[in-house]
Amino acid sequence: MISADAALADAHRHEWGPVLAATVRVTRDLDLAEECVQEAYAQALVAWRAEGVPARPGAWLTTAARRRATDRLRHADVAARALPLLVTDEAVDATPGDTGDTDLLALVFTCCHPALAEPARVALTLRLLGGLTTAEIAKAFLVGEATMAARITRAKKKIATARVPYRVPGPAELPERLDAVLTVVHLVLTTGHTAPDGEALVRRDLVDRALDLARLLRARFPADPAVAGLLALVLLTDARREARTGPDGGLVLLADQDRSRWDGSLIAEGTLLAREAMARSRPDTVSRYALLAAIAAVHAEAPSAAATDWAEIVGLYDVLLVRWPSPVVALNRAVAVGFADGPAAGLDALEPLTAEPRLASYHYLAAARAKFLRLLGRDDEAAIAASEALLLAGNAVERAFLAQRGGS
Amino acid sequence: MAGYLILLYVDEAAYAAGADGTGDGALFAAHQKFAAEHGDALRGGAQLAPSATATAVRGQGSAPTWSAADDAVVTDGPFFETKEALGGFYLIDAPDLDAALAIARDVPAPFGGVEVRPVIYP
Repeated sequence: MISADAALADAHRHEWGPVLAATVRVTRDLDLAEECVQEAYAQALVAWRAEGVPARPGAWLTTAARRRATDRLRHADVAARALPLLVTDEAVDATPGDTGDTDLLALVFTCCHPALAEPARVALTLRLLGGLTTAEIAKAFLVGEATMAARITRAKKKIATARVPYRVPGPAELPERLDAVLTVVHLVLTTGHTAPDGEALVRRDLVDRALDLARLLRARFPADPAVAGLLALVLLTDARREARTGPDGGLVLLADQDRSRWDGSLIAEGTLLAREAMARSRPDTVSRYALLAAIAAVHAEAPSAAATDWAEIVGLYDVLLVRWPSPVVALNRAVAVGFADGPAAGLDALEPLTAEPRLASYHYLAAARAKFLRLLGRDDEAAIAASEALLLAGNAVERAFLAQRGGS
Repeated sequence: MAGYLILLYVDEAAYAAGADGTGDGALFAAHQKFAAEHGDALRGGAQLAPSATATAVRGQGSAPTWSAADDAVVTDGPFFETKEALGGFYLIDAPDLDAALAIARDVPAPFGGVEVRPVIYP
């Protein structure tokens, strides 16, 4: 028998988005819907402790939140609401209860609308779909809580005033709009995978949210290779979670990870999806997520770092660099070259990147140079590069790792 | 239904040069075609004379009555000096932002781009 508190925590993690999405359909007002959902969770805590956990917690919470919304809408004070009502398609309203996924996806596309600035899209997604507090989101993205609160308020105001519709876009707009959603989910994943700041290496809550969103998109767009690639990437990234930190919480590099601690079922599912994503893609339009997933799949299937097909990885990075040119991709490619062709070749590949201003404060570049220099026996230069990496790293676990390696 | 103002921002130097080359006629025809295609949504629109012909008036009225004051100041030039100046506008009706953006995508604006702003009707 699951306890009421555990059930509620689980419902908070998995059901917040669906419950809110269904409530927005009633209120057509994001703030009011959030209040009603918060009240429903508070009500659940009392009711579930007293009467036990309902068979379908999500449905219970949705009913409670929607009932509160209906009550609140009857009161006159709502008439004096600050913002215009959200634009919704009335047709969907006719069958309440059956529209769960459509409502949820409508909320996803509204939060990730290109009319909103990208940081606002990420913040809204984490708050409205993931149920994170403003303080939690602010911490994840290294901004003050007041700044984050203002960002969220501004975005909600724009959605209402500019009439960003609460709707899954039609076929004409879908490719562009879906890409915007995938970008947000990928940002949530990368931020969670290596938290930019703080004591823990991984923000589980963020990675879990990325996984939920990727699964939701996969269910709705099963034929889309970019969606398949993104879900594969989340799964394969998450599969290594347990092996990325040692018993003391310290960082363990991919090459040194105990591969028996990788999650075999996540790898199996992710590898299959990665393969599907590549098979469904054309070389000139292949999405970056399919390529990143394919790279992760090569790592996942290798019995050891030494036995990894590094030439295949370099080849995939070559395509990625054409499709998605970025200094970080170039850096990862250079590191793969070092594994495929030896540390001297890796160092040569890194050299042009040291002049790249966008990598100047990126500690992975200095860390990679330190590694190759050490392998070449150039210990003094390696030590300088290592201390540079240490200076630039923001995450405590990464800092501890770099400090330890620099001293050895 | 809601209102949106589509503001056409134009690189005036590029427009002047481009209009010489391609002829203003083709661009004008493109706007006529746009207006014909979206006639149901269009509530108004106009091309504006170059920003060098603009005159600014500032300092009219103040609280609490907001009525016009005697000390308004007239100066030459547009309100803001920018590389891309307001060159024209369309006022449209659209049910939501996505519908407005679908129309905005069709606006011929080869020398700049457009901005879509919700109109507040009292």
